[in-house]
Amino acid sequence: MALTIHGLTAHEMHDKLKNKELSATEATKSVLDRISKTESRVKAYLTLLSEEALKKAEQVDKRLAAGEDLRPLEGIPMALKDNMCTEGIKTTCASKILHNFIPPYNATVAEKLEKAGAVLVGKLNMDEFAMGSSNENSSFYPVHNPWDLERAPGGSSGGSAAAVASDGAIYTLGSDTGGSVRQPASFCGVVGLKPTYGRVSRYGLIAYASSLDQIGPVTKDVRDCAWVLGAIAGHDEKDSTSANVPVSDYSHALNKDIKGMKVGIPKEYFAEGLDEEVKAKILEAVKKLEDLGAVCEEMSLPHTEYALPAFYLLAPAEASSNLARYDGVRYGYRDKNAEDLITMYKQTRSQGFGPELKRRIMLGTYALSSGYYDAYYLKALKVRTLVKQDFDQAFERYDVIVAPTAPTVAFRLGEKADDPLSMYLSDLFTIPVNLAGLPAISIPCGLSQGMPVGLQIIGKPFDEAALLQVAYNFEQNTPHHKLKPQLEVE
Amino acid sequence: MSISKKEVEHVAMLARLEFSEQELEEYTEKMNDILGYMDKLNQLDTSKVAATYHVLPINNVLREDKDRHYLDNETALKNAPDKKDGMFKVPRIV
Repeated sequence: MALTIHGLTAHEMHDKLKNKELSATEATKSVLDRISKTESRVKAYLTLLSEEALKKAEQVDKRLAAGEDLRPLEGIPMALKDNMCTEGIKTTCASKILHNFIPPYNATVAEKLEKAGAVLVGKLNMDEFAMGSSNENSSFYPVHNPWDLERAPGGSSGGSAAAVASDGAIYTLGSDTGGSVRQPASFCGVVGLKPTYGRVSRYGLIAYASSLDQIGPVTKDVRDCAWVLGAIAGHDEKDSTSANVPVSDYSHALNKDIKGMKVGIPKEYFAEGLDEEVKAKILEAVKKLEDLGAVCEEMSLPHTEYALPAFYLLAPAEASSNLARYDGVRYGYRDKNAEDLITMYKQTRSQGFGPELKRRIMLGTYALSSGYYDAYYLKALKVRTLVKQDFDQAFERYDVIVAPTAPTVAFRLGEKADDPLSMYLSDLFTIPVNLAGLPAISIPCGLSQGMPVGLQIIGKPFDEAALLQVAYNFEQNTPHHKLKPQLEVE
Repeated sequence: MSISKKEVEHVAMLARLEFSEQELEEYTEKMNDILGYMDKLNQLDTSKVAATYHVLPINNVLREDKDRHYLDNETALKNAPDKKDGMFKVPRIV
């Protein structure tokens, strides 16, 4: 296969820009051209910013022509999930209720990447307000998996993963509340990282569940992941939950081998619900880590099965509170026919939110309501403590934990759309990490039924470096990350 | 525990949502399915366990009380569905 510009990783593109083999304008044109050929089938984007992107690329080229140094992500075409505020650029959360919202400010991640010279080519499709595991909850249109257009790309950052997998962006950002970066990365065969809670500022990320949400990179390989994380991580005074912990040199972590590293394999992640072929791929990956010198050992995270029910009380509870602000008064959709205020609230919200949103708002409101608070919400918070303690104890013994990212490969669009519980189960292996606030990465580890399988590596708080170290060693000794979907172009 | 249609109607009122009769039936059924699954949590004795609202050991984050840049009136009203005299306009309240 001939090498293409849009097929490059960010670090490869950086080298070519640095050696003047390529200009930022050529790079941007190549990605925009690729999008024009694939987007009618993949549908990863909600807003395309072709003109703005070319203008930004031109500025980068001028800077370089003037002899200035090229910064790591400068001139690289990328895209943001549409729940990250971009000043003057529509930000919809894939919801009718925000269909016309133009933020007057930038999310901190958008600001940081803009200042780093990134070229923003567009805003990415997602499940409405990041609630969903298949992208079918987008109020506009679902994303299609580039490996098989009949299948879901995963969710909620389905656009972020599908765009990278189809070379419609060199890298993207997604957000992960219960697996929304890792599960789509697994389904689309790309790298997705959920950083430690507090590692990346949430300022300007439209909130779903504030104690669980975290922004993370979706990339073509592990080195790119290290670069992008380095660019977006760090304390931010605008987010009082962002942690004042120094940011490591993540690229440096890639140089270390994994000899003698202690890896825990939680037996609860290999039980009921895990597809046999997926299991085989994960065990093959574990074998590879052993070959590379890691010491892998079966262990137990005994409260794993309780994480999912706890999550689906806590996340909706936080969501019902966060989504109370969409009342048709200050921004977004309003039902103009209502004659009084309360009716306006009710009609605006009932017409503006999709069915899954309403289901979660209802569940959350119920779990927080008088008489049920202790039985549901408080109970779930206590179970969250137990889930977290499992990990705390495990990390006294192990450097990282390795498990499947998702129990199956990508399922078919429509397959689970009418059955919320079965949809929720696709997040079984990603949710415990969010409850405990830990970092975790999903990397490709082979194919099953022609679809990508994701290997999940979970780490200690603020030890993203260890995840990247293990991930990079695995990636550089296996061919999986080089596989690309055979997407026919127009 | 299970939830009745009447309770679903009450919760909808609290959440400022409204549903048709048919939707009420559907939401009652789906919510009962989901809540039935949540009952699993009662297998665990949590009487001596503290709640985790938040994983970071951070509370009461304060900053210096200094003048900062905020949105001006015009910018803040830019996305308003309806406005008048520099304020958000809403339908009558009572």
